[in-house]
Amino acid sequence: MGPLVPEVIGNELNFIVALFIGIAFGFILEQAGFSSSKKLVGLFYGYDFTVLRVFFTAGVTAMIGVIALNHWGLLDMSLVYVNPTFLWSAIVGGLIMGLGFVIGGFCPGTSVCAAAIGKIDGMIFVGGSFLGVLIFAEGYPLFENLYLSDAWGNVRVFDSLGMSQSLFAFLLTVVAVGAFWVTTFIEKKVNGEINPEFKPVKLYYTLSAIAVVIAISAFALPDRKENLLNKISDEKFINSNNIKLMTPDELAFRILDEDKSIQIFDLRSKKDFDSLSLPQSNNYTFESLFEKTANKLLSLKNKKNVFIADDEQTAKKGAVLAIMLGFSDIYILQGGMEQFKKDIIYFKMPGIANSQSEKDTYRFRTKASNIFPKLIQESKEKNKSSGDKKPKRVVGGC
Amino acid sequence: MNEKKYMNPYLAGFFLGLILLATIYITGRGLGASGAVKSVYTTIVESVFPGYTSNAKFYQEYGKEHPGNPLKNWLVFEVIGVIIGAFISGLISNRLKFKLDFSPKSTAKVRIAGALIGGLLFGFGAQLGRGCTSGAALSGMAVLSAGGLITMAAIFGGAYLFAYFFRKMWI
Repeated sequence: MGPLVPEVIGNELNFIVALFIGIAFGFILEQAGFSSSKKLVGLFYGYDFTVLRVFFTAGVTAMIGVIALNHWGLLDMSLVYVNPTFLWSAIVGGLIMGLGFVIGGFCPGTSVCAAAIGKIDGMIFVGGSFLGVLIFAEGYPLFENLYLSDAWGNVRVFDSLGMSQSLFAFLLTVVAVGAFWVTTFIEKKVNGEINPEFKPVKLYYTLSAIAVVIAISAFALPDRKENLLNKISDEKFINSNNIKLMTPDELAFRILDEDKSIQIFDLRSKKDFDSLSLPQSNNYTFESLFEKTANKLLSLKNKKNVFIADDEQTAKKGAVLAIMLGFSDIYILQGGMEQFKKDIIYFKMPGIANSQSEKDTYRFRTKASNIFPKLIQESKEKNKSSGDKKPKRVVGGC
Repeated sequence: MNEKKYMNPYLAGFFLGLILLATIYITGRGLGASGAVKSVYTTIVESVFPGYTSNAKFYQEYGKEHPGNPLKNWLVFEVIGVIIGAFISGLISNRLKFKLDFSPKSTAKVRIAGALIGGLLFGFGAQLGRGCTSGAALSGMAVLSAGGLITMAAIFGGAYLFAYFFRKMWI
């Protein structure tokens, strides 16, 4: 499950990855003609819409790819950097960049490309951008209020507009395709002819058609997460599944035995988990089972994954969800946490045992009820000191 | 030898989209450019005026976000790659040449001043807007960040707004 950094690809190797990504990025920018300021500003005077075509195609491709990877559970969006929104600095900064674009004829990435192939104006632009950073850095106290005002956090645009991700992605794709279509007419009018550099009209239509089909399919596909969450709220469906049960005695025995193959997924509320949690257990919600932390644990081999909740039914929902997500060796705690508390943690001898096995059970439970409060206290302190174990979002942006 | 033609823009865009997608899948972050300028700039200030960076607020906040050597930064490596990649592309397409590009109706002086002022404005704006066309607009669009899309609209909207006043430099 992505992102691959930092587990699959270490932080040091990531720099090498950056270098290779940069090579591909620079190569494509230059091949697209972004090393020429004349080509870049053509967008603003109507004689060359290359920038719009490249930019929108790239944005839409990546956007649909991200949605698809997330949709199929291959990318954990909660770990991907989403540029934070600071309303006024985004608008004012953007307008200043727009002004810089028409005066300078480049943006930072393209100026580097231009400089790399010997364009002197590109090199001067890069030098100018250092001066721009200098002014910002030295004058920072002056701009700080504007820089930090109206902070919305790492919001995603469809959430702030109150629409679904698919709908927004679909509309954006339609706008992009519409812009591709309209700009060919503008270009023709301004230049008096079709841009002679390329006129594969058939290719335009084919690519546009493919983009529309992909956009429609992204729109029409039901969201996997929502779909699965709906499924597990259906009691009938849950009851039709058979999940292996683990008795409180077995779980207690394995915990006391320090059995390392046990992984406990506690689905109770955060509050209950904080006040009383079993050793070797982690707190999850149905939602967080989709994320990378849970995925990593669940995909470990030779482990017994025990789902616990206040009652058996809730644990079963989590277990069914884990199975639908493709994981195995799933167990649920019989009778839920309530039963475990009654049988083990707060065990009281009900009377005289009737048989040898009952006697053994009672003896074990008495012993366990003496040890468990200590273990629970230890685990509580451990949870506190380790703090929030969730992996952090990558820090990205410029 | 003549310069080769540029790549079909839709094809280039598609490849660029795939590169961006791979970047997000592998690293969890998008592409960028202006951030590297900031890293290099901070390093220069630190080596020319040692100690200065620990006093001014801008550098303090930068240091908080990026502990360690400012040059050991993802974007710095990426931009080094951009230089190499663009150079290779220029080499195979016969576009490697020291040259100042300017419109026949304009002059070299105007172009030099324009590039300097434009770079300055873009560098400044990218700091204020937390990213440039790559880091904020393109990468922001891929993850549908509200801020990224607002910045994108402001960059292109601003450029159209001001384009008329600078038309003599280009057409």
